[in-house]
Amino acid sequence: MPRETMTIAQKVESIRILSPDGTVDKKLEPKLPDEDLLGLYKTMLSSRLFDERCFMLQRQGRIGTYGPTKGQEAASLGFAYCINNNDWFVPAFRETAAMLYRGWPMSTIMLWWGGHEIGATPPKGLNDLPICVPVSSQCQLAMGISWAQKLKKTKDVTLVFVGDGGTSEGDFHEAMNFAGVYKLPLVQVIQNNQWAISIPRHAQTASPTIAQKAIAYGFDAFQVDGNDILACIVAGQEAVKKAREGGGPTIIEAITYRLGVHTTADDPKKYRKDEEVKEWEPKDPLIRFKAYLEKKKLLTDAVETKLREEIRLKLDEATAVAEGYRASKTEFFEYVYAEMTPELRKQKAELEEYLAHGAKPSHANELSRV
Amino acid sequence: MPQMTMVQAINLAMKEAMREDPNVVVLGQDVGQDEGVFRVTEGLLKEFGPDRCIDTPLAEAAIAGGTIGMALAGMKPICEMQFDGFSYQSLHQIEGHARRFRNRTRGRLSVPMVMRFPYGGGIRAIEHHSEAPEATYAHWAGLKVVLPSSPRNARALLRAAILDPDPVIYMEPKAIYRAFREEVPEAPETMPIGKARIARAGKDMTIISYAASLRAALEAAETLEDEHRIDAEVIDLLSVSPLDSDTINASVRKTGRAVIVHEAPRHCSVSGEIVARIVEESLLYLEAPIKRVTGFDTAIPFFANELTYIPDAGRVVKAALETARF
Ligand SMILES: Cc1ncc(C[n+]2csc(CCOP(=O)(O)OP(=O)(O)O)c2C)c(N)n1
Ligand SMILES: [Mg+2]
Repeated sequence: MPRETMTIAQKVESIRILSPDGTVDKKLEPKLPDEDLLGLYKTMLSSRLFDERCFMLQRQGRIGTYGPTKGQEAASLGFAYCINNNDWFVPAFRETAAMLYRGWPMSTIMLWWGGHEIGATPPKGLNDLPICVPVSSQCQLAMGISWAQKLKKTKDVTLVFVGDGGTSEGDFHEAMNFAGVYKLPLVQVIQNNQWAISIPRHAQTASPTIAQKAIAYGFDAFQVDGNDILACIVAGQEAVKKAREGGGPTIIEAITYRLGVHTTADDPKKYRKDEEVKEWEPKDPLIRFKAYLEKKKLLTDAVETKLREEIRLKLDEATAVAEGYRASKTEFFEYVYAEMTPELRKQKAELEEYLAHGAKPSHANELSRV
Repeated sequence: MPQMTMVQAINLAMKEAMREDPNVVVLGQDVGQDEGVFRVTEGLLKEFGPDRCIDTPLAEAAIAGGTIGMALAGMKPICEMQFDGFSYQSLHQIEGHARRFRNRTRGRLSVPMVMRFPYGGGIRAIEHHSEAPEATYAHWAGLKVVLPSSPRNARALLRAAILDPDPVIYMEPKAIYRAFREEVPEAPETMPIGKARIARAGKDMTIISYAASLRAALEAAETLEDEHRIDAEVIDLLSVSPLDSDTINASVRKTGRAVIVHEAPRHCSVSGEIVARIVEESLLYLEAPIKRVTGFDTAIPFFANELTYIPDAGRVVKAALETARF
């Protein structure tokens, strides 16, 4: 047998439609209704301002550690735009823009970062999972959800997110393998923001792209400019359509950048150069989309000012709702099982008796670093 | 003698071992350039280079499995799980391999590794960052499970763990990482793994605890002395596997009363094992039922309410008084 080079049928397509200065590739430009475009911009801006608000709340000790999404708004929102409420949405933890678009109240997301279980409670009417902390574990859940969609013969799809770092976990690999084997209606977005805390993308995998991993799982992938919301939407729509029509899963690697800290407990100066951040700042997805909308005469300074004011009021309201939230100190016993066990009832009573005597738990604290 | 925090003491123990033995390496997520998310590995990359202080990709099973492989091949690796809650991602390697090799090869192969991670609640961290999984690990024969309570014993026990011929799971109570300083001797020292320490001598009752909960136990002992004239002995276990039955039983035989304190949930916990060992060996010495002050049998609440869950001195005092007045 001679040595031969194999041809592998799967492909990776790369897409960019909006360049950093807002110039659009007319041939690739999706035809989206004006009100959708403006709505998307408003969500991106809301997410950005939400970030700023949470930063302030964290600095003032009003919420805990906060993980900003600055610079990655398009790379979550663009894909969330492509699904509807019956579809499932499975976030990691840097999908604030997508969560806002899906209809998560700002106050709920704030409550999650404020250390309340109610913040992990999806709003009624949405097929959404809450923020997922164990990196990549959500990929398995999404795989299972899309499996159920297929077995139940719905026409629904599942959209799931993971970070570049998360693709190193066994969970990611296993989920993608199953998705390929069972041809599941799954769209796996990788927000490749170049860093996993201090570990740069090149130290995470020797693979030149993350998208190409799809080839080994037996399905296609896109690599898109994740700071170009139009590219995210075009790739997302194609992947969702394929999944709905029984064509199986797609990996979409969205190339983006974490402009901010990993979380408020992180000091990026220890591991990355300011120059790198400076290089990425002009590629900010908001700048680009704004320029595009201005050229289309959909956005003016006056509209921008009005939007910002509206969002500021919503943030004030959300902050008040979040800070006004009160839960009983012993309600955590009530959600272990559908019904409390006799032992749990006993433990709850024990704690209630202790608290009733005016006890205030006192502990020495260490500053959070997560 | 220098004063240091637990973070500094753990860091020192790693540096000392790395200086002495080129086979000692440290690996994990963000342990190199970032020096660990809690700065526990500060200075290691600088002093020992990237072959001995290794930043890995984000995969706990690979970190643990790779560590086991290195240990099998004659190295002395120390791997870090970034948080307690993510050590679960490595369990099939630890349970299925690390703890079994000595037994299944009749001692031909062994796994002299250390897996260390920040342990427990109390720092207002998000979900999965405040877990107390010691009972899970203690259940698996072949592993040693160590939980230091102060800078000095943290350094001595980590040294012992690194020198130990078997796999040691070393849990670092993150709530007291920087809560206080303690004098640590210039020269490296070790403490035997599996031996408890009398943290406070007393004669009226025995309070048994470990890790960050020890502080609640000691604070309670002070209150009991000052306000109730009860002289409590406080035992600091330091390791929950092996468990020092002798020290526990000797104390309980003397005092006749026992209260056990830990932040992990109660069901199938270390305190359950301690109660069993007291009952098995010292039942007729008991003057009152044994009390347990622990986390509840729920998930630890999100951080806004975590201090309701973690035992504090008040709960220990209440249980101690019930025991004393029985
Ligand atoms: C299983 C697991 N291991 C470790 C962590 C701690 N941790 C939180 S985020 C993070 C880096 C994630 O990097 P990436 O997947 O690229 O997402 P990004 O933070 O860049 O959005 C790590 C190591 C975790 N949450 N889960
Ligand atoms: Mg990343």
